Amino acid sequence: MANLLVKQLVFARTENCHTSINWELLLRQARAAGVMSRLTFFWKKFGLFEPPEFVITHLNSADKYWLSQKRIVNWELHNLQQVFEQLKLPLILLKGTAYSAANLNAGLGRIFSDIDILVPKQRLQEVKEALKWNGWFPEPLDSYDQNYYDRWMHELPPMRHIKRGTTLDVHHNILPETCALCPDAGLLLKSAVNIPNSNYWILAPEDMILHTASHLFWGGEFENGLRDLSDIDLLLREFSDKDSRFWQKLLHRADTLGLGTPLFYALRYSNKILKTPVTESIITSSAIYTPGPLKTKIMDCLFLRALNPPHPTCNDKWTGLARWLLYIRSHWLKMPLHLLIPHLSRKAWLRLTNSQPY
Amino acid sequence: MSLLSSPTQLINAGHFIIQVGPFAVRIQSEIEPVQQGVIRLYRDYPQLPEDSFCDFYVRVFRPAGLRRFFRKQALFAFDQFVPFKPLPYSQALPFFEWGLNWCISGYSHQYLIIHAAVVEKNAKALILPGSPGSGKSTLCASLINKGWRLLSDELTLIDCVTGNIVPVPRPVSLKNESIQLIADTYPNNEFSPVVNDTLKGSVSLMKPPTESISRADEIALPCLVVFPKYQQHLDMQLTPLSKPEALMKLADLSFNYSVLGAEGFEVLAKLVERSRAYDFIYDGDFDQASACFEQLLDDAEHG
Repeated sequence: MANLLVKQLVFARTENCHTSINWELLLRQARAAGVMSRLTFFWKKFGLFEPPEFVITHLNSADKYWLSQKRIVNWELHNLQQVFEQLKLPLILLKGTAYSAANLNAGLGRIFSDIDILVPKQRLQEVKEALKWNGWFPEPLDSYDQNYYDRWMHELPPMRHIKRGTTLDVHHNILPETCALCPDAGLLLKSAVNIPNSNYWILAPEDMILHTASHLFWGGEFENGLRDLSDIDLLLREFSDKDSRFWQKLLHRADTLGLGTPLFYALRYSNKILKTPVTESIITSSAIYTPGPLKTKIMDCLFLRALNPPHPTCNDKWTGLARWLLYIRSHWLKMPLHLLIPHLSRKAWLRLTNSQPY
Repeated sequence: MSLLSSPTQLINAGHFIIQVGPFAVRIQSEIEPVQQGVIRLYRDYPQLPEDSFCDFYVRVFRPAGLRRFFRKQALFAFDQFVPFKPLPYSQALPFFEWGLNWCISGYSHQYLIIHAAVVEKNAKALILPGSPGSGKSTLCASLINKGWRLLSDELTLIDCVTGNIVPVPRPVSLKNESIQLIADTYPNNEFSPVVNDTLKGSVSLMKPPTESISRADEIALPCLVVFPKYQQHLDMQLTPLSKPEALMKLADLSFNYSVLGAEGFEVLAKLVERSRAYDFIYDGDFDQASACFEQLLDDAEHG
């Protein structure tokens, strides 16, 4: 069976599915990839395709769910804002939370389960305390995981609101500190921009792209891979439309933060898969970050598979292996060997002894 | 293929598609009790061609690994998504029913969905919301054996645009003592084998009357909302509820009231505006209950 979703996520008028069975398959793939409500916007707001009535029902239903999530998130942000006001800290939003609050196209129909924020590392303890007083508690972890987060991660363990049940991820950087590419978080904080007429802040446009790029191409989990790539595609289109110098700024910033390689992958695959209009000269310029022709070929084999919708109708016989290799790679990239081997052994042991929940 | 295949083969291969109220449901299962149960309970439902669009593709299957042989289990999947932990193999058929309920209540926000049985007479709907143990399924099972049409035993679908009740007739899920009670009182029904030790105790599914299935496309107007409570040795008691009270109680028992937000409130407000609502205590006298509801519907028409 065919991968119908990718074609539909290209931000251009697309040919409609021809059969009912294909419409059904498209919805199944979209649901698995977490982009149902994004498709609703592609249809309703941008008129990129014309679904039949039986598909519209599902798109509208997904849209209502998205709106309900947005209401919840807005209320959480309002509450968080009170806490951050007391702390005299800007509330800097990341990822889906940021796209949504800033009314970017990438926020339309974007579903996310956690609220992600960025705070300066030296204020982390203070933030944690203040959040506790306001009902946000860290999820219980065993001492190994706790220790692991504290020492090596770029974020606190997820916090959950004791009454409302929503989850909050407090970051102090965008990549783990053990990762060779870990950028200077101070630079990100310094360039954060205020969302007009609000008390919320987001990363600068270039930093937003570099964050999702390093998250996706240095990460090892691809359930939301296609959705994240579609985020990158929509962000690139919107930012480059608004600012003719955006591409130059983006390359320059990648150089400053040392995130050229993730950017190279982001441009390459969003262009290859979602036809993002990246000009030839930008591709050429970003090619200085290429990992070499052979490695690029290998990465093509892996990423072009891993970034398909996580649905069996989009897999070939190598998809599973590709996702697994990328998973291993992400650990490799994020941790030096003397940390990596004990960590993975422990994970393997837990899986073998079945002590992980189903 | 469907011309040559038996329903069992179709279910096995995931080509068995039936129309259940407004939904086309594709059912796939390799598990024999599920295949038999589905064929028995759903044989009167319109079967759709293999190349139809399906709203829900649901599967009940056995997990891989040791558990295929040792303390067998069953899993439920909505396409590729497995929302629940496995259940014992013996519960596979009710698992299918619960799973389908979950799909409908989580992915059909064109309706405000209330955890309630709903039956109809003269195009007027009687909604019987109830928390588990209130006896709503028992009451519902007996009403549909007394000439009321089954619209749903678990999920009352209120169309957000029109405010009408959209039928989704499904097998009635009877629990514990009511299984024997209904089987004895109305022996002409078909039941699935009793499954013991589920989270809800013993469960058996009753096939709905054929007429309810063939008229599943006929909507009904909400008229009466009755919150039943079974209480032995107490006289039947009917207490009117104010409209705001009724609204709050319905919202509490809704699956997606909060998802719909303001729209949910408006749908419910419209519903209580045009219905009468009561708390209802009954001791298991179904004749009396049915007569009482008919009277209330009549009153509503003339008053």
